Amino acid sequence: MKKPRRKNGITAVLLFSLVGGMVGLAFASVPLYKLFCQVTGFAGTTQTAAATPTVASDKFITIRFDANTIPALPWKFAPAQKEIRVRAGNPAVAYYLAENLSAQSITGTSTYNVTPYKAAEYFAKTECFCFTEQKLAPGETAKLGVEFFVDPEIFNNPNTRDVKTITLSYTFFRAPGDEEGAQPKGQELTSRRQGSYRESEGS
Amino acid sequence: MMSNEAAAHAGHDHHPTGWRRWLYSTNHKDIGTMYLVLSMVGALLGGLMSFLIRLELQEPGIQFISDFQFYNVLVTGHGFIMVFFVVMPAMIGGFGNWFVPLMIGAPDMAFPRMNNISFWLLAAALVLLLVAALTEGGPGTGWTVYPPLSNATYHPGAGVDFGILSLHLAGASSVLGAINLITTIFNMRAPGMTLHRMPLFVWSILVTAFLLLFAIPVLAGALTMLLTDRNFGTAFFETAGGGDPILWQHLFWFFGHPEVYIIIIPAFGMISQIVSTFSKKPVFGYLGMVYAMVSIGFVGFIVWAHHMYMVGLDVDTRAYFVTATMVIAVPTGIKIFSWLATMWGGSIDFRAPMLFAFGFIWLFVVGGVTGVVLANAGADIAFHDTYFVVAHFHYVMAIAAVFAMFAGFYYWIGKMSGRQYPRALARLHFWTFFIGVNVAFFPQHFSGMAGMPRRIPDYPDAFAGWNYVSSIGSYITFASTLLFFVVVWKTLKSGEKVAGNQWGEGATTLEWTVDSPAPFHTHEDLPDMNPQPAE
Repeated sequence: MKKPRRKNGITAVLLFSLVGGMVGLAFASVPLYKLFCQVTGFAGTTQTAAATPTVASDKFITIRFDANTIPALPWKFAPAQKEIRVRAGNPAVAYYLAENLSAQSITGTSTYNVTPYKAAEYFAKTECFCFTEQKLAPGETAKLGVEFFVDPEIFNNPNTRDVKTITLSYTFFRAPGDEEGAQPKGQELTSRRQGSYRESEGS
Repeated sequence: MMSNEAAAHAGHDHHPTGWRRWLYSTNHKDIGTMYLVLSMVGALLGGLMSFLIRLELQEPGIQFISDFQFYNVLVTGHGFIMVFFVVMPAMIGGFGNWFVPLMIGAPDMAFPRMNNISFWLLAAALVLLLVAALTEGGPGTGWTVYPPLSNATYHPGAGVDFGILSLHLAGASSVLGAINLITTIFNMRAPGMTLHRMPLFVWSILVTAFLLLFAIPVLAGALTMLLTDRNFGTAFFETAGGGDPILWQHLFWFFGHPEVYIIIIPAFGMISQIVSTFSKKPVFGYLGMVYAMVSIGFVGFIVWAHHMYMVGLDVDTRAYFVTATMVIAVPTGIKIFSWLATMWGGSIDFRAPMLFAFGFIWLFVVGGVTGVVLANAGADIAFHDTYFVVAHFHYVMAIAAVFAMFAGFYYWIGKMSGRQYPRALARLHFWTFFIGVNVAFFPQHFSGMAGMPRRIPDYPDAFAGWNYVSSIGSYITFASTLLFFVVVWKTLKSGEKVAGNQWGEGATTLEWTVDSPAPFHTHEDLPDMNPQPAE
């Protein structure tokens, strides 16, 4: 009777460690997923490069610019130019204009991607306002720059050869640590919820 | 059932009586019975929710449910309850507990007290899920709980938090149950019962238990991330903090796809036993059946993104997931053809379990065919989130699993209770249920192809016809479910007594060698399964 009992114990320990390992993998997936996106350009994640390539292509590509802010951030945020045409491989600079419309200074942070997603592998930034958080004083206006290039390899990949236009998009959020951001957030949530309830009761 | 068993075995079985027998139970049969009862309670709750959904959808416009959050809570509750509190407890906890030890010739499970914890964790989880539905608007997230809908902005109430905790408990219950079953199957088989001689139902439970161990921890991890996102300011799925809601979808479906196999693989096992018993032939291609289940389990882990064709996967990724998904049709095809080949040339007995097995095969084939359609990324982008998908998964796994559960119930109720079900009523139950579900779900293919979205309580007049038909089917199904409870009651109250092996020569597995109802303790002397030289 003793022997099978010990065998059962060993089996159970092995199976429990399998469960523990899978929980570990679930959490390990968070940094791995981030890494995967950065390496492959998955979901439009742009590349970051230290320097522009030495060889430029003779083909041009159109870059369009898009800007968004979430409603909780009282900023005006818009691209300074609607689109530019660049030679693939050559560095280019574009600007966005941001203005703090509120009476407090606010720290914002932006997320970004490009569409079509498949172009992200070839869209590289060398400098960007989005690499850091941006703090704007009340009423302050800032000109935010992004320096980038399109890798000429984009014309050699059969999947991306058809890309003529790439849209670069930013969305500004309140930075997670922003003090003023924490307070109104809770209030805003309550009002949003009551609002949605009112809607459903009315119909 | 309780009084009856107690009376029959008072003489030679020593066991606690009254509430202690159930609350403190360490007996695999009693725990299995409790799981089956829990599943029936869950089926009534989940069935009632689907009834309300169909009631609302019977006609265009808003009839009964003007609170849309409540509608979403119904959809969510229906999904969760049917998956975690009806199908899983019945197949794995109920029939798994009852018949795995009996079929492999073991006296009980490897860890009887852990078995008790598994059950009561699940009961607590069900209570917590109902609490969730009644708390601050409840979780209206769908069973997939996608952020941002499930985050603190769109579901600020504690309902989603209770739902997450409920799933944590249900997950812990499943993991403990799976460890128990695997240990039992690996270490406690009777002499001569080699892995390749195990009944297919035991194999199906073994594969399922491994799927649970690989899949549930990933769900638990993702749910924990969501819980801390909601309450403690982390940003795993929060874009503003650098997270990505798509990550949730990857994690959820890495669990979610194996989860649907967790539901259907035990059904494969039961159907194999039943088809073999009532064709009076051994299962055709036993080893092929075993490794078909193993490979379905394996492939189940590498196809998850076919639920996510809409998130912007690139064309190569989609090509991979389309191909991998279609590969599943090969082992499932092996199973279908082996069941047909088992019947071929057999002396088929059309009893209630066999009727439900036929029903299972029909539903599974129809759902499998639409599955191959949906596997195509190009087609799926059009069908995504339409009623075509709803029809597909109800056929292939939800209703198919329910048919397997009914088949298992009619097959084994004699062994469990010692009494025969009323045959005419059982046949009536089969036909009403079969007609009901087909009338309910087949038209959803049509409204889905026409573009009707799921999870919305209202729809344009153009979809009215088929929705009306579908609702009628749902009412037939609901009435048939109530009829099933009449069958259960009549069986336990006045069913005729059955012998140890009520099905005769076709029933060759070990559970038919013990008395009916199975005594409280069985296989105390291990049966010898080594081939006898005389034969």
